[in-house]
Amino acid sequence: MAQGFFLLFAAASVIAALTVVLARNPVHSALALMACFLQISAIFVLLEAPLLAVIQIFVYVGAIMVLFVFVIMMIDVREAVLQRFLPGGNLPALVLLVLLGVEMLVLVLWSDRFSVTEPVAMRSGDQIRQLSTTLFTDYLLPFEAASVILLVAVVGAIVLAQKEPR
Amino acid sequence: MVPLWWPIVLGVVLFVIGAAGVLLRRNILVVLMSLELLLNSVNINFIAFGHYYGDLRGQIFAIFVIAITAAEVAVALGILVALVRNKSTLKVDDVTMMKG
Repeated sequence: MAQGFFLLFAAASVIAALTVVLARNPVHSALALMACFLQISAIFVLLEAPLLAVIQIFVYVGAIMVLFVFVIMMIDVREAVLQRFLPGGNLPALVLLVLLGVEMLVLVLWSDRFSVTEPVAMRSGDQIRQLSTTLFTDYLLPFEAASVILLVAVVGAIVLAQKEPR
Repeated sequence: MVPLWWPIVLGVVLFVIGAAGVLLRRNILVVLMSLELLLNSVNINFIAFGHYYGDLRGQIFAIFVIAITAAEVAVALGILVALVRNKSTLKVDDVTMMKG
C-alpha cells in the first residue's frame, strides 16, 4: 500500500520536475514546480513527517510560488518564451550531468547501508512535541540565526527592489 | 514499508533534474526554480534518513533548509527585479557585470 503510494507520488514528482526544466514558458515551469512540491509534501507524509509536509505546503506552495508567479507577472517574459531553450553546444554540461547521476545511483545501490526496510522505532510519545522541544532547546541558536537571516533578507529585498538608486 | 533506498534514489533523480535546469537553461527564472528543486531533493534525503534511523535531527535540518530557501528566494527575486529594471534581460549570458 505505502509502496504503491510512494511510487505514484515519486513518478508524479519526477514528471513535474522534468516539466519544470523542459517547459518553454516560465509560467508553465512555475505551475509544474508547484505540482512537484505538492507531491513531495505527500512523500513527507509517507515518511511520517507531517509537520514538514504542512510547512512544505505553506512555505513553498503558499509563499515562494506566489512570489515567483508575482514576479513572472511583473516582468515581461514574452521574449523569453520566443527564444529556443537548450541551445546547442551544451554537450559538456550534459555529459557531466549523466556522469553525476550514474555515480550517485551506483554509490547508493552498491552500499548495504541503504537497504534498511524497517524504520527504527521513534522514542515513545508525541513526535511533533519532541521535535519542537529539540528545536527550541538544542537548536535555539541556529533558530535565532535563521530568524536574523530572514530579517536581513526582507530588508535586502526591499532595498534591491527600490525604484531609484540612492 | 518502503525501503530506504527508494526515497534516496528519488532524491538523486530530482537532484540531477534540478542540476540540469541550472546548467542547461538560460532563463534566470527557470534557473531559480531549478535551485528550489535541488534544495527539495536534499530535504527528501534528510527526512528519509531521519525517519529510518529514528532521529529527529533530519526534520530539524529540513526546517532550517526551508527557512534559508525562503530568504534566498526573497533576495534572488529582488535582484531579478532590479536586473530587469536596469538591463531588461532575463538571459544569464547577458548578465556579465561582474565579468564572470
